[in-house]
Amino acid sequence: MANNAEDIENSMETNVSPEPTQQPQEPGGVRARSRGGDGGGGGGGSNGSGPEQNGQPPAAARPPRVVEAEEDEDEELTLKYGAKHVIMLFVPVTLCMVVVVATIKSVSFYTQNDGQRLIYTPFPEDTDTVGQRAVNSILNATIMITVIIVMTLVLVLLYKYRCYKVIQGWLFLSSLLLLFFFSYIYLKEVFKTYNVAMDYFTLAVIIWNFGVVGMMCIHWKGPLRLQQAYLIMISALMALVFIKYLPEWTAWLILAVISVYDLLAVLCPKGPLRILVETAQERNEPIFPALIYSSTMVWLVNMADTEWPKRNSTEAATAQQEAPEGVTSPAPSVLSQDDGGFNPSWVNQQQHQLGPIQSTEDTRREIQQMPSARPPVDDDDEERGVKLGLGDFIFYSMLVGKASASGDWNTTLACFVAILIGLCLTLLLLAIFKKALPALPISIFFGLVFYFATDNLVQPFMDRLALHQFYI
Amino acid sequence: MTAAVFFGCTFIAFGPAIALFLFTIARDPLRVIFLIAGAFFWLVSLLLSSLVWFISVQISNKESAAQQKGLLIFGVVLSVLLQETFRFGYYKLLKKANEGLLTLSQEETMPISIRQLAYVSGLGFGFMSGAFSVVNILADSVGPGTIGIHGDSQHYFLSSAFMTLAIILLHMFWGVVFFDACEKQRWWAVAAVVISHLIVSCLTFQNPQYVTSLVPTYVILFLMGIWAFYSAGGSLRNLKLCLTCKDKDFLLANHRPR
Repeated sequence: MANNAEDIENSMETNVSPEPTQQPQEPGGVRARSRGGDGGGGGGGSNGSGPEQNGQPPAAARPPRVVEAEEDEDEELTLKYGAKHVIMLFVPVTLCMVVVVATIKSVSFYTQNDGQRLIYTPFPEDTDTVGQRAVNSILNATIMITVIIVMTLVLVLLYKYRCYKVIQGWLFLSSLLLLFFFSYIYLKEVFKTYNVAMDYFTLAVIIWNFGVVGMMCIHWKGPLRLQQAYLIMISALMALVFIKYLPEWTAWLILAVISVYDLLAVLCPKGPLRILVETAQERNEPIFPALIYSSTMVWLVNMADTEWPKRNSTEAATAQQEAPEGVTSPAPSVLSQDDGGFNPSWVNQQQHQLGPIQSTEDTRREIQQMPSARPPVDDDDEERGVKLGLGDFIFYSMLVGKASASGDWNTTLACFVAILIGLCLTLLLLAIFKKALPALPISIFFGLVFYFATDNLVQPFMDRLALHQFYI
Repeated sequence: MTAAVFFGCTFIAFGPAIALFLFTIARDPLRVIFLIAGAFFWLVSLLLSSLVWFISVQISNKESAAQQKGLLIFGVVLSVLLQETFRFGYYKLLKKANEGLLTLSQEETMPISIRQLAYVSGLGFGFMSGAFSVVNILADSVGPGTIGIHGDSQHYFLSSAFMTLAIILLHMFWGVVFFDACEKQRWWAVAAVVISHLIVSCLTFQNPQYVTSLVPTYVILFLMGIWAFYSAGGSLRNLKLCLTCKDKDFLLANHRPR
């Protein structure tokens, strides 16, 4: 946009001005367009960042052209802006799904039925009659969704009454469990599958490093890519836990019910998540940045270290990972059963923070006024990243993982494409309505429809075709 | 040996398509989205045709092998027709979206031209079609097994890979020709695309006589490629300029709608 154009000219000028004799073609062209000569170079050199250049003297010829270009580019850039952010979400969602599918296909642990269940799904599904199985799965789903609703309400209440420390501690404990314990189990199973021998000391060092760096990236500061990678990894781990410990019909029912709940919780005026979003917007705080996958905004995590008295809310906000309430129960005895103590309640928290966060404009300005050396905000486009809650990652990956566990590759591919298209449509709606939207309903609906349709209708057809080697 | 077969067949089947994706589509988010939307449309067409086939199988005589084969052939023909119908539907949708965007923006040109959309949607159809045809076969080629142990052809994997390659590229060419024909209201060209798709699918009924199915398919591929090249605006002069790297405008990546 205009800022970009000015920045390029700026950098060209500051490059060119100390060496006026050596002028490669391009900067020469730029110089001719902007100011010409060393006078322009001097003027350019005195400017700090792009946006302040607007008032400078020889810019008389430029503002009209710049504004024009801006208008012309606006519509196209809106479209490209939307498309770029769709891709910025496609890539992590795809990566998460690829990790889950690769694990499911290679490590048999996650598809074995050990007879263990979560405490939230106490009814077994290996019953004698189909009717009994259906009833059990409905009961399981009901219990699970009730737990999720209760947890969400508790979280909203805690947030409303500013018990940030409680939320922060809860999220801290949950991410601790996930990063250390679940990744240890995952690594152990991978080693078992590939028959890799490793001593406990090396393993301890690896897990320790992985966990500590993860905690730092998620709750404190870290490079953006690393933080994104960790969020993807913990979403994948969580999805794998669900795939292992939720029985078949219960899992599908939970997926369906959760997307309905998501829709209601975010869109209804009294929905808990809508209240959460509105409260956060009233208080002008960014909402739970640590439990949301964000395509940009690494500096929001940096804000945790500012000594701003009223910023302690962002400290809590940055530590927002929903901890399972199961963590409070005594750890050792329930760890084997209580893996899902790490239950979807905490993931549901921020699965709706889908959308440009208006408060960041203000906070960004505040940060800019700080004396610390930060690069100036030069690309508005980049700063307005898109956010997607980790719960969405988890349930998308869970759907695709279950498709790959019980179906074949065609089913997996179909669900993958369906979920991506659902995400695309959700983002389109986001661009139109410009407020936080639930990301689960459309994608999960498409995913479920395509899973059952592909598994039951398309699969026999393609099998027969492959048998005769007919091509369509 | 199985790993070699797996990798070989995968690269044969998907190599050119993935290269096309990486070099021309991956950088532009809008094209990626339209590619995936094209794949989705193909998937929906397959879903509908399998639904019809499934219902017809349920009400038919399951014992008679001849009837089942007949139903399968019917399913193939129906699927081809539905795919082309959905291609037309996708074209209509894209036109409408294009018009909507044009009225919204002040520009005269779109960020993506209908020709690029034709290419991208054709490739989307091709990716999905190829993937559904061959991914299970590739997955089986890794595992332990002996090909053709019951007397079937030894060249099953290889011929599947080559056929998939042909189908993916053919879908891309069909997309380009189809959209161009719809733009210029040349319905005979649309019919020619549909008929050539039917011919290619019907040629596969002769498998496992691979010579009679693969060779004509590749001939059709070559001819469709030439047709698509000319309908996309190519010419011998353009080709010469492109090959001697003299004409930057020719590269699709730099294509500007005129």
